[in-house]
Amino acid sequence: MKQLDLEYARKPDGTLHVALAGEWKLGRGIPAPQGIIEEMGKSPLPRKVIFETGVLASWDSGLLTFLSSVLSRCTQLGVEVDRQGLPEGVRRLLALASAVPARAGRRGSEPEPVLARVGNAVIAWWIACGDMLAFIGEAFLSLLHLLAGKARFRRSDFLLVVQDCGARSLPIVALINLLVGLILAFVGAIELRRFGAQIYVADLVGIGMLRDIAPIMTGIIVTGRTGASFAAQLGTMEANQEIDALRTLGIPPMDFLVLPRLLALSLMMPLLCLYADLMGIAGGLVVGGSMLGISPVQYLLETKHAIRLNDLFLGLFMSAVFGVLVALAGCLRGVRSGRSASAVGEATTSAVVTGIVSIVVATAIITGIAYVLGI
Amino acid sequence: MSSASEDRGKTRPKITVSDLTMAYGSSVVMQDLDFTINERDIFVIMGGSGSGKSTLLRHLVGLHEHARGTIFYQGTSAGFWEMPPPERERLLRRFGVLYQGGALWSSMTLAENVALPLQEYVQAGAEEISAVSSLKLALVGLAGFEEYYPSEISGGMTKRAGLARAMALDPDVLFFDEPSAGLDPVSSRRLDDLILDLRDSLRATIVVVTHELSSIFAIGDDSVFLDGESKSMIASGNPKQLLAESKDPRVRAFLTRGEETNRG
Repeated sequence: MKQLDLEYARKPDGTLHVALAGEWKLGRGIPAPQGIIEEMGKSPLPRKVIFETGVLASWDSGLLTFLSSVLSRCTQLGVEVDRQGLPEGVRRLLALASAVPARAGRRGSEPEPVLARVGNAVIAWWIACGDMLAFIGEAFLSLLHLLAGKARFRRSDFLLVVQDCGARSLPIVALINLLVGLILAFVGAIELRRFGAQIYVADLVGIGMLRDIAPIMTGIIVTGRTGASFAAQLGTMEANQEIDALRTLGIPPMDFLVLPRLLALSLMMPLLCLYADLMGIAGGLVVGGSMLGISPVQYLLETKHAIRLNDLFLGLFMSAVFGVLVALAGCLRGVRSGRSASAVGEATTSAVVTGIVSIVVATAIITGIAYVLGI
Repeated sequence: MSSASEDRGKTRPKITVSDLTMAYGSSVVMQDLDFTINERDIFVIMGGSGSGKSTLLRHLVGLHEHARGTIFYQGTSAGFWEMPPPERERLLRRFGVLYQGGALWSSMTLAENVALPLQEYVQAGAEEISAVSSLKLALVGLAGFEEYYPSEISGGMTKRAGLARAMALDPDVLFFDEPSAGLDPVSSRRLDDLILDLRDSLRATIVVVTHELSSIFAIGDDSVFLDGESKSMIASGNPKQLLAESKDPRVRAFLTRGEETNRG
């Protein structure tokens, strides 16, 4: 492999001769231009810089970056440069690189002061809160449109969303809730067995699943599955200007995109939750029947005895609320997404986070109210 | 702008496509393609919308495996899909591709976009790499835009930044997919000039997919004309010569913007 070589020397006539030889390619250890730049700066300044590249074997961008820093220093010092000795390709590329002046006012990398950053964060949070409220308000108005029979969305879109967030969610909802029912029964059995009260595993699983666990688990599954998909779908539509296309046609995206999703999810969530209740009880039944020696009929009778309709309705009501929250979070993040791949990713993440946080907060509030009201 | 065809000396084939059939599953997009792309030529792939131009480009850059035939690149041991994978990877590094929409990675600044291929494949320090990426951006007229994100620049700038990224590794072959689509006439002309300039100074072979007549005549040394209906190529050669000599009504209609068929 040919070594690259750099020599420079001042000639008696005041010129600086720079001779380049060998392979000037990236990764071959191209010398830093500092040495030659220092040599140029020594007084008296050279009258002219002359390049000699007669024995230059090959070159690539490495040579160009070297030369462009040398040349820009020459321009600063006002030293004349004779480029005739450079290969033609290099001359053309250097001319091309300096054809358009650099954009003035490069991005400064100075960090903002802490106070400014805190202030900006608070302002951004305040704006985001207002935005969220505005979104909820718009969603409510478009719900009123629907009740007045004026909403504009396609039935087929609505049915597709219903299918996707309803029927297609069944397998995962079944699996998770069956397993949670099992786990709950196991955990209960350990303690209750010591008192010979293993039959009360049925009470524990039944009440636990119906009131809280089935709605919460289903809500979380739906957040990850459907809420994220809403955000990604609407975010991509925003990125592709599909939402703008609706707006310019005078079709409110809220009616056309958000409303069908909101309706579909808040209708499907109670059904999914009902299904999850059954699966949870079935999970308990499996443990009761196989490990605790309770017959299935006994288990079901005990469950029937333990749970009240109020428990069921509370769970279903919670799940409907979760449906609204998850749909709103997903659609809000999607519609407000930026126009790039990473922005759509952020929208999806934040839809899931918002969805889960709002589910947990809503559970706390509803459980508290139910306790006070004695439901 | 002077044509560099005189000083290029004797031409050697860079890419040889023979008996190529492209298909998605069982539906054939294009068949019986036979043409040669010569070294340091600007080779234009032209044809109407939906004729399979971009599909051909995707085959040439190795994104799709063809159904039949071979694509042979000069200096390799076998056809693209027949060569051992490490050799294929080395070959891919000699390609630069500019996609239709620029395809910049949106989570990175322009400088990072250009620097990524360098960081992956070139043994050089961070300073050297950042100097090279600044230089590439300067080459396409984007000096000073290093710290901008793709979402902050205009469509024309996005294309040019995509070009800077395509040139990052000093490729032998540059592929352009509809470079002037969506650009105003002045920017599109400037991009054509840039392509000519780069061919002459980088000593690269350039393959351009386009249906912009002005570009085709301004930059094309050689071309192939794809026809969507017959699913094959119906003409090849220098575009200006095709305009002067081709008898095929479909080629004539395309190269004269349909004026001749309308009159006839």
